[in-house]
Amino acid sequence: MIRFLGLRLARAMLTIVLVVTFAFVVLRMSGDPAMTIMSPEAPAEAIAAFRKAWGLDQPIWLQYLHYFGAILQGELGQSMRDGRPALVLVVERIPATLLLTVPALLLKIGLGLPAGIYAALHRNSLADRMVMAGAVAGFTVPSFVLGLLLVLLFAVQLGWLPSGGQESWRSMILPVITLGLGGAGILARFTRSAMLEVLGQPYIRTASAKGVPWALVVRGHALPNAAIPTVTIIGFMIGSLIAGAVVVESVFSWPGVGRLLVVAVANRDLAVVQCILLLVATTMVSANLIVDLLYGVLDPRLRGGGH
Amino acid sequence: MAGLVSIRNLRVRFDGNEALRGVDFDVARGEAVGLVGESGCGKSVTWLAALGLLPGKATITGSVMLDGHELLGAPASQLDHVRGGRIAMIFQDPASALNPVHRVGRQVTEALRLHRGMDGAAARAEARRLFDLVGIPDAGRRIEAYPHEMSGGQNQRVMIAMALAGQPELLIADEPTTALDATIQAQILDLLRRLQAETGMALVLISHDLGVVAEMCTRVGVMYGGRIIEEAAEADLFARPGHPYTQGLLAARPDMAGPRRRLEAINGGVPEPWNFPPGCAFAPRCTVMTAACDAEVPALHTIATGHRAACWRAG
Repeated sequence: MIRFLGLRLARAMLTIVLVVTFAFVVLRMSGDPAMTIMSPEAPAEAIAAFRKAWGLDQPIWLQYLHYFGAILQGELGQSMRDGRPALVLVVERIPATLLLTVPALLLKIGLGLPAGIYAALHRNSLADRMVMAGAVAGFTVPSFVLGLLLVLLFAVQLGWLPSGGQESWRSMILPVITLGLGGAGILARFTRSAMLEVLGQPYIRTASAKGVPWALVVRGHALPNAAIPTVTIIGFMIGSLIAGAVVVESVFSWPGVGRLLVVAVANRDLAVVQCILLLVATTMVSANLIVDLLYGVLDPRLRGGGH
Repeated sequence: MAGLVSIRNLRVRFDGNEALRGVDFDVARGEAVGLVGESGCGKSVTWLAALGLLPGKATITGSVMLDGHELLGAPASQLDHVRGGRIAMIFQDPASALNPVHRVGRQVTEALRLHRGMDGAAARAEARRLFDLVGIPDAGRRIEAYPHEMSGGQNQRVMIAMALAGQPELLIADEPTTALDATIQAQILDLLRRLQAETGMALVLISHDLGVVAEMCTRVGVMYGGRIIEEAAEADLFARPGHPYTQGLLAARPDMAGPRRRLEAINGGVPEPWNFPPGCAFAPRCTVMTAACDAEVPALHTIATGHRAACWRAG
């Protein structure tokens, strides 16, 4: 078990290092922050001074070594725009993002799981087809399209809800629905196929043959087995709590991490972008690690060895 | 012997294809009866249909009476009481027939709770007793194991313990040893025989192995193409098979004594469900068929005392 944990932890760290490295190299090769932040008309000496101040005049591998050394000491750099620590900038945006993504996650689970289970139990019925059609629509319509459609209907036409901003709890409704519906659709589909797979297993027939009432067969025998693949998807959704709302935050002008990322990329505010990507990679990898450990809890066959 | 289960004209269709074409079969209290035939002939489907265990797309007609009460179309609550409580069933592959995420002991105590109202320590003690009864060593520890931690033979013993938990009047054993090693097979069959003698329950042994059936059962039904085509006391059937298919099955078995001979095979294969002959289903493979065989399905009729066959030429 210790060995299994250690191995998983090492792999998780490696994933984070790869993400950080990739982000660093791509960002540095895709544009010059000095030009964006200073404007191209600035005197050459000022631009040179800016580059020197941020270390951009050094070779990229040296910059990377400096950056990596700083991360190891918990130093994530300063924003090139306002000089504040990048970590502070990012962390102060997290509550706003969670205010959208956590209710959206609850919506995904609360809608997707029961819909998927119901569809599987009533396979090929009208209800099943409707749930699946809704699910496909839910995850194929891009969130910016869905978001704009909702704004058009509920904000512009009906005037019931605000189209953006963060004035009251009512501003949360449309972005949360936009975020939640797609995920609910994905979860419904996965849950349905996981349930169908399990319902066809011989042990379900055994449970019926020994006189277990159908509702109990579903609850006690089918659901615990179907939970294993479903947890993977939910884990993935938990991993994207921080960064899963980039598009939706932009559509609804919501001051969260996602919008900070869009603005920071546009401004080539390298430290901020890197800080966000590091945070995203860390949450994603942690969520996956938790899912791996949960497998062992849910499935006794995976306990002990980790195979 | 008093009748326990009586099946009449049982028919099952899947998506328009007939899997059972009118099965008539009786099981008396306490008797051990074998049901033989090649795969797909309807042996398992007969009992899955009787217990309401077929998927919803199956259309079932006919009658299955248990002690004078109709099971077909009975409400689920009544069937849940019958399944496991009066008629228990064990299956071919014990490894996949047990729920992988529940401890084996819990799977047995679940049946105890449902059919005998036992809970907690009493249920666990009874589960341990059943594990001892079916010959699982170290029962106190093994009830805590998961199915994947046990061998195929042990899992089949768990299945049997689970079936016994409801104290059924009839145990349907659907190819209970097919997935097991030869030595384990013999042990499981011995166990079933012993339990049947001790508890007095009836046993239906579904098998494609004539030897197993001959050893275990006093009466045998032979199925072909979704019908019973011959039925007799075990000794009678093996000594004087009336149906050409039964004769073919017996000729295809190696002799244990006597000179070596070439095993005879039955030519051809079972007709596809959508391509069934209008008359006897065996006619296309039969060596003694006549014009009558193609015209009409022969009914099961008595050819000697306690011996029935569905063949125009038999009797």
